[in-house]
Amino acid sequence: MQLTGAQALIKSLEQEGVDTIFGLPGGAILPVYDPILDSSIRHILVRHEQGAGHMAEGYALATGKAGVAMVTSGPGATNIVTPIGNAHMDSTPLVVITGQVATASIGSDAFQECDITGITMGITKHNFLIQSAHEIPRVVASAFYLATTGRPGPVLIDLPKDISQSTMEWWYPESIEELDLPGYHPEIEVDQHAVAQAVELISQSERPVLYVGGGTLKSRAHKDLLTFAERTKMPVVTTLMARGAFPDSHDQHLGMPGMHGMYSAVMAIQKSDLLISLGARFDDRVTGQISSFAAKAKIIHVDIDKAEFNKVRRADVALQTNVASALQALDAAQATPQNLDVWWKEIHTWQERFPLVYDEPTAEGPLRPQHVIEAIARMAAPGTIVAAGVGQHQMWASQFWEFEEPGTWVNSGGAGTMGFGVPAAIGAKVGRPDRTVWCIDGDGCFQMTAQELVTARAEGIPIKVAILNNAYLGMVRQWQEMFYEERYSEVYLSADLPDYVKWAEAMGCVGLRATNLKEMHDVIDRANQINDVPVVIDFRTDSSEKVFPMVAAGASNDDIIVHPLLRGTNQ
Amino acid sequence: MTPEPFLGVTERTPVRHHILSVLVENKAGVLARIAGLFARRGFNIYSLAVAPAEGNARFSRVTIVVDAESAPLEQIVGQLDKLVNVVAIKDLAPRDALERELLLATLSVDNANRADVLDVAANTGASIVDVNATSVTVMLAGTPGACDQLERALESFAGVELQRTGRVALPRLVQTASA
Repeated sequence: MQLTGAQALIKSLEQEGVDTIFGLPGGAILPVYDPILDSSIRHILVRHEQGAGHMAEGYALATGKAGVAMVTSGPGATNIVTPIGNAHMDSTPLVVITGQVATASIGSDAFQECDITGITMGITKHNFLIQSAHEIPRVVASAFYLATTGRPGPVLIDLPKDISQSTMEWWYPESIEELDLPGYHPEIEVDQHAVAQAVELISQSERPVLYVGGGTLKSRAHKDLLTFAERTKMPVVTTLMARGAFPDSHDQHLGMPGMHGMYSAVMAIQKSDLLISLGARFDDRVTGQISSFAAKAKIIHVDIDKAEFNKVRRADVALQTNVASALQALDAAQATPQNLDVWWKEIHTWQERFPLVYDEPTAEGPLRPQHVIEAIARMAAPGTIVAAGVGQHQMWASQFWEFEEPGTWVNSGGAGTMGFGVPAAIGAKVGRPDRTVWCIDGDGCFQMTAQELVTARAEGIPIKVAILNNAYLGMVRQWQEMFYEERYSEVYLSADLPDYVKWAEAMGCVGLRATNLKEMHDVIDRANQINDVPVVIDFRTDSSEKVFPMVAAGASNDDIIVHPLLRGTNQ
Repeated sequence: MTPEPFLGVTERTPVRHHILSVLVENKAGVLARIAGLFARRGFNIYSLAVAPAEGNARFSRVTIVVDAESAPLEQIVGQLDKLVNVVAIKDLAPRDALERELLLATLSVDNANRADVLDVAANTGASIVDVNATSVTVMLAGTPGACDQLERALESFAGVELQRTGRVALPRLVQTASA
């Protein structure tokens, strides 16, 4: 069967089980947009290529499958660089296809030419510049294999226009051997010697903590984690990237550690004698000052990526495998710590003394952002997926929403990409149309990517967006207040400009506003009743609210700053 | 201007060099991937040599002498190994490696010093590979130490243009007792 390169590309995506492409056409990718008309794959036409990338990420985070985005060359390609970088930091499986100028024009500064494989070399797991139509099936199959196995990540395929227009005899690789990846071996056998060492460390431990990172979700190890944690009675903390890997309602769950983590989660790590890291990477937002991080703890480090071992903190036992296999091996070996009653007593003291708190909301407003999130959560359908942008609202969402299952928290962790929320929520809703999807957003973030609500309306993707509108770049404002002597520099945005309700309506969405408690409950109720079009709510929140607890950048976790309401109690 | 010596030591610090013999797929951009990785992770390359491996069109061998003080060797190897086009990495400690390097140097000569140049070449094992009325080009293929020695010996001559290739290396053979 003779196919054009363009047809071969679409057929290869079908072979990989792709059901959705997020994209936007242009000159160099034009040939590939023709066979889309005849394909079963749904194409979602975005309004900006960055939107396509974040939608693909949201899709991937909500479904566990690789997200797919397709854009044209030059500015189309550079516009999707931020999502690629974001996916690289968060190990999100992504396959991004970019058009490229014709082979003969490469290197000539042709119209809409850019060296996107060069640009993305450092922020992809791998990238390909296709050389012939014949290799399209192999490259596509390799891209999905690379993106979804081992430590997942984004893979970019650059496709020159002449190759998508040339013809090839259709074939498709039937096995991994045909992919021709001699340097890639993601399957790693569990090192039983390391398991035995880990079991020994666990058996001596009186103050262990399970430090659960995003790798736990990536390896779908949440059930293994629950089994292991319940048998060993160990306390669990879940990082920002692992929210949902362990039920928040579970007694053994201390919550999120790190810069804005729960006091008990931060302190349990600090005072632990054994830290079992499960697909986490000792990020600076978790460790604070490295030298004082869990200073007395031995470290068992489980990671699929051996380059993570000893990068930040020396591991006493390094176990290179996926989290699921590691937990199964530790469970099979009946790894059991000492009696943890004393440890739990200490942890319970911290939990009782330093719960999450915020100032009492007043009936007339302004609203408390934490209270808004709690109210949305209380009134949300079970299994609701929450997406967020980056900043204060993201931290509050992580703190105050109770996550019970994997795939319900969609956020930008390592890269901290403002504007991630709206498009990522759209992608999540496309991947999981059966679920309600709320985007908890900030006013600063919303303004960066709000145009994708036009996409959502046009494509019939009814997400709900809660803008916690405090009229500021809130997290920057918080730092300027706390660390720059309240010298507020370039952080004021205005609550009324733009008019978010009118803007939402102009984009075909329902726009609502709440300034006081009664309105808050009313608009959430109304939003929950609208299931055919996107809803945007402008919640007017208190500008002076800050995220607590907080560990200042570079400070020791021991110097955690609690909410003013809790100060004065003996820390 | 020379950069500040590592750790602020005023004397020349002995740098901990390590040799990585890296087998890579012979694909477009593979050298850029390696160089880019070293640059963005802040690893220092002391020298680098690339050529097809075993006369094979499919693979090349890259011999990288790395400065293991700029980053732990384990990190360098771990990150390098994640490059999909990197097939195998051999970490050769200097004592386990057979290292060779090639040095070419062109010197201005006149009747007064021509004999000195020939003397230096003879004493260091270098050979004369090109000559004209005013210049001589010498070559030495040898250990990095031998190349260092020749380079020092040539310091007293004026008008020297000198180029070294950087090292290539293979593991030393294990010596077995004869039957």
